Amino acid sequence: MAAAHAEHLEHHGPPAPHYSSRITPGVLGMFLFIASEVMLFGSFFTAYFFVRVVNGVPWPTPPFHLPIFVAFINTCILVTSSFTVHWALQSIKRGNVWGLRAGLLLTFLMGLSFLITQAIEYSRIGFNTGDGAFATIFFCLTGLHGAHVFVGLSILLFMTIRAFRGHFSAEHHHGVEIGGIYWHFVDVMWIIVYLTVYIL
Amino acid sequence: MRNPLRSEAEAFRFLMATIVGALVIAGAAYVNRWLGVAAAVIAVGGILWWLRDEPIPGSADPPRKIAAETPPGTHRVLVVANETVGGQALLETLGRIAQPGTELLVVAPALPSRVRHWASDVDGARADAERRLQETVSHLGSTGLTVRGEVGDDDPLLAIADALRTFGADEIVISTHPEGRSRWLEQDLVGKAAQRFALPITHVVVDLDAESSRASTGT
Repeated sequence: MAAAHAEHLEHHGPPAPHYSSRITPGVLGMFLFIASEVMLFGSFFTAYFFVRVVNGVPWPTPPFHLPIFVAFINTCILVTSSFTVHWALQSIKRGNVWGLRAGLLLTFLMGLSFLITQAIEYSRIGFNTGDGAFATIFFCLTGLHGAHVFVGLSILLFMTIRAFRGHFSAEHHHGVEIGGIYWHFVDVMWIIVYLTVYIL
Repeated sequence: MRNPLRSEAEAFRFLMATIVGALVIAGAAYVNRWLGVAAAVIAVGGILWWLRDEPIPGSADPPRKIAAETPPGTHRVLVVANETVGGQALLETLGRIAQPGTELLVVAPALPSRVRHWASDVDGARADAERRLQETVSHLGSTGLTVRGEVGDDDPLLAIADALRTFGADEIVISTHPEGRSRWLEQDLVGKAAQRFALPITHVVVDLDAESSRASTGT
C-alpha cells in the first residue's frame, strides 16, 4: 500500500495510456493492414469473376493448361510452413529458443521453395500476360499472392535473424506473433487462390 | 463475431478450418465442377457461421475492478451527473459527505443524441455540459469546498473510468433523474458501476421538475 502511494506521488507526466480495446496496438495495426490486403485481393477476385463468369471466358482458355499437380505440391509446402511457424511460436512460449530458431528457419526455407517453384512454373507454363484475359488474370492473382509471399519472407528473414541473435524469450515474442499472423493470412489466401484458379 | 486474426493461435485455427473447407471443395470439384462451387458456398457459409458462434475469448470473464487510491490523509469524491448536476438533492448530499479538506471532482458526461453521437457531432453537447459544470463548480466552490470539473465521455461508465485514472477517489456519487425518466437507470448504470469499481457508490435521485415546482410555490 505504502509502495503504491509512493509510486502515485512519484509519477510525473501524463498518465499511462489506457486502451479500451482488448487488442494491443501492434496486433490492431497488423489486423488493419490485413483488412486492407483482403480488399486488394477482393478487387482482383472481382476481375476474375467478371472475366470467367460474366464474360464466360473458358478457364483455362484452350490450348493452355494449368499445372495443377505442381501447384498442389506448392500448396502442401506452404501449408506445412504454417505448421512450422506455429511450432516456432509454441516453442518460444515454452522458452525453447532452439525450437523457435528451427521453426523459423524451416518456415523461411519452405516459403523460399514456394517462390522458386512458382518462378519455375511461370517460366514453363507456356503462356504470358498478353495471351488473353485468362492469362492476365492468372498472372495477376498468382503474382499478387507471390508478392505477398515475398513480403512474408522478408518479415520471416528479420524474425529468423532476431531469433538467432536472442531477441525473443518466453516473455517477449511479440515480433513472432505478428509475423505468424501475417504468414497464416498469406497461406489462407493461397488456398483460396489455388481453389478458384486451379481447381474450380 | 470472433475475429479470426486476433492472435497467431486464432489465425492458425482459422487456417485449419480453411484447409478442411478446401478439402471438401476439392473433393466435390473432383466429382463435378458445379458441385465444387456449391461446396465452396456451403464451406464459406459454414466458416462464417462458426466464426459467428465462437465465443469471444475473455467475454465471459468478470470485468476487472478498478480500485483507485488516494494519498494518505485526503478524502476525494468523484461526482458523476448529467442535467441533474445543479440539483438541490445532489448539492445537499455533497454537503453532507464533504468534510473540511475533501476534494471533489465533478464529471458531467456530454449528452449528445444518438444520431449526433454516431455523426461525432458532440460539440454542442459538450458545450452544454461545460456550462452546467461551470455553474455547479462555482456554486460548490462558494461553499468552501475544493472542487474542479471535467466534461466526460458520453458513456458514463467510461467517463468514470477515465476520471479514476487521474483522480484517485474514495467514493463515487452518481446523480440521476428519477426512475422512468433516467436513461442511465434504464441502462443500470449504478449496478454496472458497482460491479466495475471497487469503491462505495452513493446514488442520488434528483427530481428537477419537483424542485422547480417547489421553488415556484416558494415552499
